Amino acid sequence: MPVNYYIFVALALFSIGVVGVLTRRNAIIVFMCIEIMLNAVNLLLVAFSKMHAAVYAAAAPATVTGTGIDGQLFVFFIMVVAAAEVSVGLAIIVMMYRNIHSVDINFLNRLKH
Amino acid sequence: MSKIVALVPLLPLLGFLINGLLRKQLSKTAAGIIGSGTVLGAFIISVLLFIDVRNGKTGVVEFFPFISFDTVKIPFAFLVDQLTAIYLLIITGVGFLIHVYSTAYMHDEEAPHFARYFAYLNLFVFSMLLLVLGANYVIMFIGWEGVGLCSYLLIGYWFKNPQYNNAAKKAFVMNRIGDLGFLLAVFWLLAKLSTVTYGEVFSADAIKALSQTDITIITLLFFVAATGKSAQIPLYTWLPDAMAGPTPVSALIHAATMVTAGIYLVARTNILFSMAETTQHVIAWIGVATALLAATIAVKQNDIKKVLAYSTVSQLGYMFLALGMGAYTAAVFHVMTHAFFKALLFLGSGSVIHAMGGEQDIRKMGGLAKHMKITYFTFLIGCLAIAGVPMFSGFFSKDAILLSAYEHNKIIWGIALLVAALTTFYMFRLLFLTFKGSFRGTEEQQHHLHESPRAMTIPLIILGVLSIVGGYISVPEVFVAGGDKLGQFLAPIIPLHTHAVSHMEEYALMGGTTLLVAIVIVFAWNKYKTYKEETNGAFGNLLENKWYVDELYNTIIVKPINWLAGFIENVLERSGIDAIVNGVGRAVQYSSRQLRLLQSGQVGSYVLLMIAGMVLLFVLQFFLKK
Amino acid sequence: MGVTQILFWVLTVLALGSALMVVTSRNPVYSVLYLILCFFAISGHYILMNAQFLAVVNIIVYAGAIMVLFLFVIMLMNLNASVEPQKNKWLKIAGAIAGGCLLLVLVAAFKDADIKTQLVQTKDGEIGLINNLGMALFKDYVVPFEISSVLFLSAMVGAVVIGKKE
Repeated sequence: MPVNYYIFVALALFSIGVVGVLTRRNAIIVFMCIEIMLNAVNLLLVAFSKMHAAVYAAAAPATVTGTGIDGQLFVFFIMVVAAAEVSVGLAIIVMMYRNIHSVDINFLNRLKH
Repeated sequence: MSKIVALVPLLPLLGFLINGLLRKQLSKTAAGIIGSGTVLGAFIISVLLFIDVRNGKTGVVEFFPFISFDTVKIPFAFLVDQLTAIYLLIITGVGFLIHVYSTAYMHDEEAPHFARYFAYLNLFVFSMLLLVLGANYVIMFIGWEGVGLCSYLLIGYWFKNPQYNNAAKKAFVMNRIGDLGFLLAVFWLLAKLSTVTYGEVFSADAIKALSQTDITIITLLFFVAATGKSAQIPLYTWLPDAMAGPTPVSALIHAATMVTAGIYLVARTNILFSMAETTQHVIAWIGVATALLAATIAVKQNDIKKVLAYSTVSQLGYMFLALGMGAYTAAVFHVMTHAFFKALLFLGSGSVIHAMGGEQDIRKMGGLAKHMKITYFTFLIGCLAIAGVPMFSGFFSKDAILLSAYEHNKIIWGIALLVAALTTFYMFRLLFLTFKGSFRGTEEQQHHLHESPRAMTIPLIILGVLSIVGGYISVPEVFVAGGDKLGQFLAPIIPLHTHAVSHMEEYALMGGTTLLVAIVIVFAWNKYKTYKEETNGAFGNLLENKWYVDELYNTIIVKPINWLAGFIENVLERSGIDAIVNGVGRAVQYSSRQLRLLQSGQVGSYVLLMIAGMVLLFVLQFFLKK
Repeated sequence: MGVTQILFWVLTVLALGSALMVVTSRNPVYSVLYLILCFFAISGHYILMNAQFLAVVNIIVYAGAIMVLFLFVIMLMNLNASVEPQKNKWLKIAGAIAGGCLLLVLVAAFKDADIKTQLVQTKDGEIGLINNLGMALFKDYVVPFEISSVLFLSAMVGAVVIGKKE
């Protein structure tokens, strides 16, 4: 598959995530949309990694074996970070719900002060 | 030349530092001794230097490089030659006498102020010595500015009187106008020759490198400087006002030394001036115009010091007239004799004022000869000397000037003769009104009249003697062959001037002048031996009000500048600059109040803005790439 | 059109469609379920590119652990009945337009990229296998790997501290 397609798929996914963040007011759904964006990036990273592997495999099939592996490791680390982020983020949402009995981000306007 | 020459200015500087820093601790006696002693020390060294110079030992003493960049090297160096030696003697000699005189004259001041006075006076002597000792124009400029500062400080010595302060400011500002000319001339020299050292500037090579225009402009700029310092038209009005200072200050600064700095400058630069015919004409005409203007004003003044002040301006005009004729020696000669007799006259007037308890109006004096014989006689000698009565010093110097004027330009000579007559007239008017007739002051003043203390009379006597014998160093050739000792002495610096006038003519001129002076004295005696209330005609009023020159300057210079400053303050400053500054503040305040609405605290709107920003950046990138 | 292409398009439509449903469904529980579907589709993409390890991790970590966490939270709060008030319609439209603009601009920017014709290796290639990834991870990336464990620890502590009742 040409890498173009993957780029556009990832862009579309990312934009859907952005639209979700912008339009929804439920903190949990906003959170999920952020996950969609992260996954869009992940997809693109994997696609690029495979693209580079293909390029180098075509150039020097015997010598180069590990090209593009960094991209996939990046995805792995992004997942690590996402997992950590989700655990903390959900804890925050739970506490917010406990305090104001809502998960509407429009109530969270304390940043103004 | 040994480095001992440095002591000449350093001693007064030391006196200034001691008197200035310890003025609260020193007693009046100590301050007086330090002030006078340091100048006496400088005088003694000056005499030694003078003897050296007479034996032909002249030269430059270099101390350290003062300014040094690229090819320009300006050393801190002193030049001791014939001209400097004469000035050194005048400054330290007359300066010492005036210091001694001051110890008595200023005795009513409190000790700290007394010491302050001597500190200023010493600083002045230091600056003046620096001015004449400097081996280049930059060192001279340091002294030039220094004397201006001291003049300011001493005119405003009684700083509690706002009028005196104004007089001091006026003197300072007018001097500054002239100083600008000095600076420009120095810059011009630097630009053309990249040196300001006398020896190099006057060398044949350097002069070849200057075009005629250069020389004319440089000399004119120097002359502008001289008009400021030496009170010539158009910058002379500060000198009469400068009489606000203590009388010894007037004697030292505004008669004997500082005001002759301009003559020194021109005489020092005589090689350039001799090559600039235009400048010579300008100098001669401005000199004679100043002499006439000041003399006419002096006729109608009633303040004893004002008369002397205008007389000084007039005599300075005489000196410039001589400079303009190329008679530099005559000018320097007149500087010297004038230093003697004008210092004498000022000190004498100080003695009178002292006796009168501060009264300066000659209409309220009269008959003082009976009470203060020494002052009267010395004052009489001063008057005879300034009038140019034969055998007194003024006769010789004035005659030398008149002779060169007669040689060059008969019109100028005629005016100069008229000025001589006027000078005689107002001086004897002053003498008769002050010392003859009957006393017109209050009872109390009459009771108080007394001869001044010895510290004041002894300088008077010494100056009186000098006013008589001072002229004999340059006796005209017609009397004694080779009598022009001064001219011969100055010959290495100022080419010897030979008169192309026959002896018969010269005798006739002297006789005519003397006759004129005698007639004027008799006329003055008849008019003023008894005092009568004077009623002024229109012309008299004009003279008494000094030709309304101050008013003219006020109208054409001070008022427009004030108006301009007011305009700038009220219009440009308030509604221009202030409006811009305040407007910036107001705009920021307004826009920030609007922008604050963006900070809603809504995370959603923040994200929206972020996205908008990203889009904008992408679009920009997109279009910039294309 | 080969099998790869068919699979690609199917997975793509599935991923985008379920992502859209995540954003549009009113019930958060549905959103979560659609998100899981989306993640499965992305994992399918990974498999298609022979990134087997990531595909598995994606399913285990995202679809398994994280989404379960989401579901738990939603159920704990009893948010399944959507209560989101439709207060500001214009803000939503503005958000949608902004997202659309972003997409437009990004697509425009990438449309003429030099690499657009480069092919992505599908079906074959060894780098996505757990063997190779493991070698790289524990040789070159061992320090970041260990640090990520510290990150997890701190995230865990943080979650406990934040979630604790005062």
